[in-house]
Amino acid sequence: MSSAELFQGGLDLLAVALLALGIKGLSKIRSARAANQLAATAMAMAVAGLLISAQPTGVTWVWIAGGAAVGGGLGALTARLVPMTAMPETVALFNGCGGLSSLLVALGVILAATRRDGVTPNLLVLISIGFSIVVGAVTCTGSVVAMGKLQGWLSTPGWMMSRWRHGFNIVLATVVLLAAVLTVVGSSDSLWPLVLSASLLGIGLTLPVGGADMPVVISLLNSYSGVAAAAAGFVVGQRLLIVAGAMVGAAGLILTQVMCAGMNRSLTSVLFGGALGLPSTDGKGSGEYTNITSCSAEECALTLEGAERVVVVPGYGLAVAQAQHTLREVARLLENHGVTVTYAIHPVAGRMPGHMNVLLAEADVPYEHLKEMDIINPEFPGTDVVLVLGANDVVNPQAKTDPDSPLYGMPVLNVQAARTVFVVKRGMSAGYSGIKNDLFECDNTSMLFGDAKQVLSTILGELKALGLGQ
Amino acid sequence: MMEGFQEQLWVLLLGSLLGLELIGKVPPTLHTPLMSGANAISGITMLAALTLITRAGESPLLLSLGSVSLGFALFNVVGGFLVTDRMLTMFRSGRKRSGGGQ
Repeated sequence: MSSAELFQGGLDLLAVALLALGIKGLSKIRSARAANQLAATAMAMAVAGLLISAQPTGVTWVWIAGGAAVGGGLGALTARLVPMTAMPETVALFNGCGGLSSLLVALGVILAATRRDGVTPNLLVLISIGFSIVVGAVTCTGSVVAMGKLQGWLSTPGWMMSRWRHGFNIVLATVVLLAAVLTVVGSSDSLWPLVLSASLLGIGLTLPVGGADMPVVISLLNSYSGVAAAAAGFVVGQRLLIVAGAMVGAAGLILTQVMCAGMNRSLTSVLFGGALGLPSTDGKGSGEYTNITSCSAEECALTLEGAERVVVVPGYGLAVAQAQHTLREVARLLENHGVTVTYAIHPVAGRMPGHMNVLLAEADVPYEHLKEMDIINPEFPGTDVVLVLGANDVVNPQAKTDPDSPLYGMPVLNVQAARTVFVVKRGMSAGYSGIKNDLFECDNTSMLFGDAKQVLSTILGELKALGLGQ
Repeated sequence: MMEGFQEQLWVLLLGSLLGLELIGKVPPTLHTPLMSGANAISGITMLAALTLITRAGESPLLLSLGSVSLGFALFNVVGGFLVTDRMLTMFRSGRKRSGGGQ
């Protein structure tokens, strides 16, 4: 072992320790930012170690610098320019590229062996290659589909929502398995069918998933990309990749579980369709609304002005309308008027856990004002006004009251316990679950129809007209 | 080869167990940054891409394949870490401002 290799080994060990500390630190607010930088440093160290030990020559440097400059530059640009509301899509995009990278590495290694050297890699390496190709391809196309669906670029064709999709996916999975086995036993002809079928499988598995379940899928795909990295580690024989990939894979699974628990959904029902996957046309809890009270922004502003304790429940509608800054202004006026304003954050509000926290942080809402569901729920009976902004399923009392409802058992925010509830909503359409929301018919609920930003601007104007903020 | 593979399996097992332990209790505020940060780490495949390039020799196919793979991995890594940092900066500035206001 040369001294450069020894040096690399030492750097790798240090990098693993720093990566583990980084992931751990990311789970505490105080240390999160430093932990993220620590993990980035660890990655840079690992790269430096590899370059020192491998000692690339002139031409190789050009290829390295070229790929690194283009990829890194575009990554930095994307990270800077993307709006905070599009965070779930962005993570999905990055994730897909990581998967694609693992796929390409595995392809490169097998092509190098068979085409150039004319040798067949040993069985264990071939299995790793097959695995890496399948997981990499599924991660890549799955992530791209997830991004497309969240951006609204893709909609699910009808047959993909029907039972036929299971048949389609089973056939695809069989083809993947067959092609993988053939590749492993040494038929290089089955390589491209393997890549193609695994890519289609990623699409087939992700496309039917409903918008509300997408965060779970992104988290799961994030876990997959870790697995793909670990598989690539087996392919090129690098322990650092195996450790880092395994850590991300396992941590991603835990996060996925946390999210599923928050939505009262099992992973199987998310992936293979369940109550929430289809609009409930025949299910219980659907139906027309009969007893809806709507009110004007002026009325809402008056009630807010006279309140002592106000709780805001943000949802995806707030993110879509980009209304977080207007909301912050309304809250500032009220706070200066002596009203206590807090924010109730449901674990799965928005399209990703923590989505609302990021959104509100962008509008300078101090994070001490954000309350988690378990903490805020006992406080609703002492709350004067609840303002529901573009949230639906997470405030549906059916989840507690109606054992036949598909939502039954999902933890929800008990907003109807407050004195007055205002629901800002674009129309009477159902939430992502397609389930009727009993909250809208409660006696203490008033609806304000319109885009969250417009409604909030009107409320802001009314509050100013009442003399607040002067 | 078998010995090396066995050792790799040990590494996989211990790494997975470590990953399960690392994320015990995370406040929901940090779910998105954590996912994004972990996602950036999964871009560690850039090391595999680098290895592919350094072992490619003269083959233009392998060199370009490795280079493209490196590009995608670095897109993931650089973008992932920067976007995570951007999110976390917001939490910090929020705290500072609220502290100053009190």
